[in-house]
Amino acid sequence: MGRYLLRRLLQLVPVFIGTTLLIYVLVWVMVPGDPFAGKCGERPCPPGFVAMMTEKFHLDQPWYVQYAHYMQNLFQGDFGTTFSGRSINDIIASAYPNTLKLALVALAIEAIIGLTAGVLSGLRRNGFLDNLVLVSTLFLIALPIFVIGFLLQWLLGVQWHIVEPTVSNEMRLSELIMPGFVLGSISMAYIARVARTSISENRRSDYVRTAIAKGLPMRRVVGVHLLRNSLIPVVTLLGTDLGALMGGAIVTEGIFNIKGIGGTVYRSITTKESATVVSIVVILVLVYLLMNLLVDLLYAALDPRIRYE
Amino acid sequence: MRVSKRTSSAVALGAAVALIASGCSSSDDGGDAGNSADGAIVIDGTQPEVPLVPANTTETGGGAIIDYLWTGLVEYPNNGGAPQNAVAESIETTDSKVYTIKIKKGLKFHDGTEVKAANFTKAWNWAAYSPNGAQNSSFFADIQGFADVQSEDPDGEGPQKAPEPKAKEMSGLKVVDDYTFEVTLGAPTAVFPTKLGYSAFVPLPDVFFTQTPDEFGKKPVGNGPVKFVSWEDDVSIKLTRFDDYTLRDKMKIKDVEVKLYQEDTAAYNDLLAGNLDFQQQVPVSALAGDKWKNDLGERAIQSTTPSTGIIAFPMYDPKFKDQKLRKAISLAVNRQEITEKIFFGNRTPADSWANPLTPGAVAGNCTACQYNPDEAKRLFAESSGYQGDMVFYYNADASHKEWMEAVAQSVKNVLGINARAEGIPTFAVFREQINAHKMTGPYRAGWQQDYPDVENWVNPLYVKGGSSNDGLYSNPQVDALAKEASGAANLDEAHAKFAEAVKIIDADVPSIPVYFQGQQSGHSDKIKKVELTNVGEIDITSVEL
Repeated sequence: MGRYLLRRLLQLVPVFIGTTLLIYVLVWVMVPGDPFAGKCGERPCPPGFVAMMTEKFHLDQPWYVQYAHYMQNLFQGDFGTTFSGRSINDIIASAYPNTLKLALVALAIEAIIGLTAGVLSGLRRNGFLDNLVLVSTLFLIALPIFVIGFLLQWLLGVQWHIVEPTVSNEMRLSELIMPGFVLGSISMAYIARVARTSISENRRSDYVRTAIAKGLPMRRVVGVHLLRNSLIPVVTLLGTDLGALMGGAIVTEGIFNIKGIGGTVYRSITTKESATVVSIVVILVLVYLLMNLLVDLLYAALDPRIRYE
Repeated sequence: MRVSKRTSSAVALGAAVALIASGCSSSDDGGDAGNSADGAIVIDGTQPEVPLVPANTTETGGGAIIDYLWTGLVEYPNNGGAPQNAVAESIETTDSKVYTIKIKKGLKFHDGTEVKAANFTKAWNWAAYSPNGAQNSSFFADIQGFADVQSEDPDGEGPQKAPEPKAKEMSGLKVVDDYTFEVTLGAPTAVFPTKLGYSAFVPLPDVFFTQTPDEFGKKPVGNGPVKFVSWEDDVSIKLTRFDDYTLRDKMKIKDVEVKLYQEDTAAYNDLLAGNLDFQQQVPVSALAGDKWKNDLGERAIQSTTPSTGIIAFPMYDPKFKDQKLRKAISLAVNRQEITEKIFFGNRTPADSWANPLTPGAVAGNCTACQYNPDEAKRLFAESSGYQGDMVFYYNADASHKEWMEAVAQSVKNVLGINARAEGIPTFAVFREQINAHKMTGPYRAGWQQDYPDVENWVNPLYVKGGSSNDGLYSNPQVDALAKEASGAANLDEAHAKFAEAVKIIDADVPSIPVYFQGQQSGHSDKIKKVELTNVGEIDITSVEL
């Protein structure tokens, strides 16, 4: 187990360097162009401004020199600054916790609701609840996320005044429930369906029949024997989903005015703030890698047949 | 010209004119003085792109805050009329070349120091000195000695560095005493006093020169009706009344919080829920079917703005050399239908070269702006014709697709040219191609005036070497007339000359004015009275609760 973990962690290093290089090259070289072209409105920027910025950001050097500068700072824990002089460390430090909070709320909601719905419908196939879950998840999957977001915001926030339509700066947990539900809604539907299939399949397996035959109470059969085995595909889904939620919350963050990573990276792309884009994506890559590792480790905990040497 | 970040469109969502008093159903017009005195409002805004240094801010997010924090030598009345003295006691000249500017005594910066003549001259010299890299430096080009504080990088983006400029300060600025300074321009410029109301010309306190611009810009010290309290990136900027302010536009309320939104739809929903007191431009989604008017009722503010949506011709492309072809294209655009069908009547068809709200502008002087299919066909037949596809370009990151396609379709229907519209992904890439003079078809442009004078609609756009003459239009007659106009002894003469220049521009059709921008704002129940400034920002000093 320890050696396995060490090997996986060491593998992160080349992946990390490879991805930063790739992203850097993609952002700087594949999308060439003057980052100051649109900065000054319908007129070109004054030459004095361009000259100062060019020198400050080493834009007159070849890309590999710039990359070396970037990596050198990165290993000192400094992501650099944006063209407007804001520290990227500060931007990430203020945006990341917000995104993380939102993602965790979304993950909790999708895990709790999705799993409950999946287990209940899986146990009573073709019953009323099963059909209800099937229809409602189909509905959620069919709706684009922004429709759900705007609809809930308008209905609950503007019409009925049950919650505030946007999230305040304090990011209170109560305010995050609606955005979290919106963000997690589609994954919630998938989790319900995966859990349902998995439960209903395992329900007929030998070890469950044995457990029931032994006379164990139903609660224990389902809660320990059945659920634990059926959770493997669900955990895979949840694990990769956290990664996706961290990076892909652009729409939800926009609707509810949450200052997160998604909106930041989107704006940085449109304004050619390459250093910010690279830095955020690098962190996202790290999150993905670590989540994958965590999921793999969880397999072993859930299924005794899986062991890592 | 400030560029709006939210729309990435250069026609900043701006500008309103008339005094708007609305909302209050009770008998008196204003608000309750007691409510107002300690009142606070929350208004919408966007994160300023750079620290708040006036000469370095060219976008609306930071520009609005700077307008609140500073008062310039002159101010532009909300109704769009001629500028009036604010910090200036008097601005005198005999030849439009040498100006003697006296400022009012006893005015204070927010840190308690007095506003003196040197605060202006030092600020302007700082902005003009090219190694400081101020984005608004070109505003000081009128002043004598501007060229001496500029230096050009000899090899562009190459490894060589720009040499030090010849001088540190412009020779045209001279402090006479604490409250008087003299400005000598390179050439007579009648419109110079009007320009002084633009935010690049505001004074900077002594403390600015002891800090780095970035440090100052995080905690700006101005001389306006409100002072800076705090700024949390991407969250909000807080301002409060400056009690020692003695000029006309004192605050009636106390606190103003500018909430920085990422999306205008989020701000709009906050407005509807009563969490936001003013939104300058409601989102496009609320405009369809006049939804915003139903939502807001009496709290909806419709205003017209001094900015124009334009399509410019790349005059450097031989395909567009023929004046008759350009005029034929312009006459083939059905502006009325486009403004009605696509903008739901929220914008108006352009019929003059300068926005008619601008002093010195002549309403209806764009004869090329009519919709006249027969004349268009006739001119097209007489012209050298057009081979291949005619592509109208726009930046696809803001809502320009619909109207640009409508323009192309209109041209296609009338002239039978294979015209279509094509989006360029982002404003940055779009501007890059325009700056490099690489456009191969007519392209979207927009213009919001920097200061209210017709000069601002001619010199930057249609004179050779103008800062936004990106299509490289050049007509020696226009250049000569514009030069005469700029150097005229007074504004009336200048306006008459500019009118002549515009007539020639009208015959040449270097661009196609399409619509005048409109603005749709909304405010909360709490606000009983509010006015918009000449560029459509909320006049926070007018707010009564």
